[in-house]
Amino acid sequence: MTTDYKYGFTTEIETESIPKGLSEETVRLISERKEEPPFLLEFRLKAFEKWKSMTLPTWANLSFPPIDYQDICYYSAPKKKQQLSSLKDVDPELLKTFERLGIPVDEQKKLTNVAIDVVFDSVSLGTTFQKELEKAGVVLCSMGEAVKRYPEMLEKYLGSVVPIGDNYYTALNSAVFSDGSFVYVPKGVRCPIELSTYFRINDRETGQFERTLIIAEEGSYVSYLEGCTAPAFDKNQLHAAVVELIALDFAEIKYSTVQNWYAGDPKTGKGGIYNFVTKRGRCQGFRSKICWTQVEAGAAITWKYPSCILQGDESTGEFYSVALTSGHMQADTGTKMIHLGKKTKSTIVSKGISADESHNSYRGLVKVALKAHAARSYTQCDSMLVGNSCSANTFPYIEVANPSAQVEHEASTSKMNEEMLFYLQSRGLSREDAINCVVSGFCKDVFQKLPLEFAAEAQKLLALKLENSVG
Amino acid sequence: MLFIDKLTAEIEGKTILKDFSLNILPGEVHAVMGPNGAGKSTLAKVLAGHPSYTTSSGAIWFQGQNIVEMDPEERAKLGLFLSFQYPPEIPGVTNADFLYAAYAACKGPLKGPLSKEGFEPLLERTMQRMRVKPEFKMRNLNEGFSGGEKKKNELLQMALLEPKLTILDEIDSGLDIDAMKDVANGVKALLTEDRSVLIITHYQRLLTYLEPDYIHVMVDGCIVKTGTANLAQELEEQGYHVYS
Repeated sequence: MTTDYKYGFTTEIETESIPKGLSEETVRLISERKEEPPFLLEFRLKAFEKWKSMTLPTWANLSFPPIDYQDICYYSAPKKKQQLSSLKDVDPELLKTFERLGIPVDEQKKLTNVAIDVVFDSVSLGTTFQKELEKAGVVLCSMGEAVKRYPEMLEKYLGSVVPIGDNYYTALNSAVFSDGSFVYVPKGVRCPIELSTYFRINDRETGQFERTLIIAEEGSYVSYLEGCTAPAFDKNQLHAAVVELIALDFAEIKYSTVQNWYAGDPKTGKGGIYNFVTKRGRCQGFRSKICWTQVEAGAAITWKYPSCILQGDESTGEFYSVALTSGHMQADTGTKMIHLGKKTKSTIVSKGISADESHNSYRGLVKVALKAHAARSYTQCDSMLVGNSCSANTFPYIEVANPSAQVEHEASTSKMNEEMLFYLQSRGLSREDAINCVVSGFCKDVFQKLPLEFAAEAQKLLALKLENSVG
Repeated sequence: MLFIDKLTAEIEGKTILKDFSLNILPGEVHAVMGPNGAGKSTLAKVLAGHPSYTTSSGAIWFQGQNIVEMDPEERAKLGLFLSFQYPPEIPGVTNADFLYAAYAACKGPLKGPLSKEGFEPLLERTMQRMRVKPEFKMRNLNEGFSGGEKKKNELLQMALLEPKLTILDEIDSGLDIDAMKDVANGVKALLTEDRSVLIITHYQRLLTYLEPDYIHVMVDGCIVKTGTANLAQELEEQGYHVYS
């Protein structure tokens, strides 16, 4: 894709910022600006204290220069973006990418902040969805709004799955988080729309320190998708998000991610986004279920382990992941499945594709606690190498304290080679279709778990990313 | 049909085909035999357009066009089919999906678009005709197939795509006698008056079933002798050393 992102970065975004640097004063200032209740200020200050005492984790298979945390601006309220009058003003390379990903024209306009014509009235569509959600009693709002409308809920659940001091980045996020999403699904409600559909038509600013909290009450169901296949740029290099999910008795949460952050210059890796994310769900209730699906195709550095705490008896945790690295990207990603309840079940399917000079590691923990009788876990972990200069690693950790557990782990490594592509091409498929075919076959088990409208796009995205890496 | 005119091809700086010429008319069956390393498989790959080989001089005329610069998929669409010696395994892609994609790509422009549902009965019929087990459809492309099954799958593709020219690269390798007979009969059933076949093989045995019109002996990148069926018999008795 493009090497020079002049269009991506020069779009002036006016912001109302506070001075750079991180101190107790900064934390107080953020809380004050956001007009937060005292408990939240306490939360932030505690996190900041904790963060000061912590050091950067170094166990991951990643290398990058140290980050100067005093050189970051921790609060900027985005003002209205400068609007472009037509797609002609947008980087043609970017448009080409959109086209090939099959992103509809109206959506392309949204993504590039081009004024949208009356035919596609996203505002009214968005309102329709919002009404539908309201009717069902589902709450979907920004974290900032949730602070004002549901403070008791936040006080109860914020930091309850991912403790503020869980790791270096969660402490940082807890101290300075900007905004994010809050979802609440009441008892017995099956969320009437895929929340992905909602976000598809609503602009949603992704912050540097995002915070997401989803609560699914007894017997409820919700499917949430974050991200987009379109290449995403951001002026902030460091991103450290925290996502917490809570599923009560018989509740099910499906959380899908498609991540395509700018990965930096493909030759030097310069300028790419650092993505340090902590995502964790608690299957708190009996027979509750949490399913993580992710397609990680961007960012210079990905550090991410969406996990499940299987606390409720007979609860289920699932993790389906495709991680693609190309250029100089580095990814250290996987999951943790912590079996606490009886007859808990986890399934892990990880597909890693590494190309060019990139490094791709799977890191996963399956832990069966003493009281987790008859727990079952299955891991399948496949790597595909493209070219000879990349690397793929698998770090599975298995800790079993209960002898009745049944834990399986399968792993494989294969190579996407010229012979496969030549074979498919010699049957009439174009080179692009041939790559697509091999990649989608490899990732099939994961793509099947994605919301339908994203599966085809995600597939194309991967093929697009690999196009220049094969051969 | 196919006219190879003084073709020179190389890989990584090493010349494999040297001024290679061959002419195949519609309906003819030709066989190229030769010792290991003569360049037989290279010939097959170069004809199909393998990107690792470069052609420095000469031409490949197929269906009235010089295809030397064409991508493999363009050649396939013109009606050239290579049956692979070692068909690669492609995990996660069902045979049925693959066959549909191949059919749509090669036959679509001629026969008009065909939906997946519309393709289904055609596939069923062809599979029955080729005596291929029904389970082939839902298995992943060549994944876990035995040597014989892989070759059968190649023939199934040939039957569906109805190529003008089929190149059989060592289709007999790794097969026992019964499997080889099966495959030979499969190929025979697909022969028509306007379709040509180029057989590449080490051994004479396959040729007793397929009865080629011409047999060429290939040594060191070019054809050193051309004859009819009895040449194969001769080679079987004498070996290739008299030519090298």
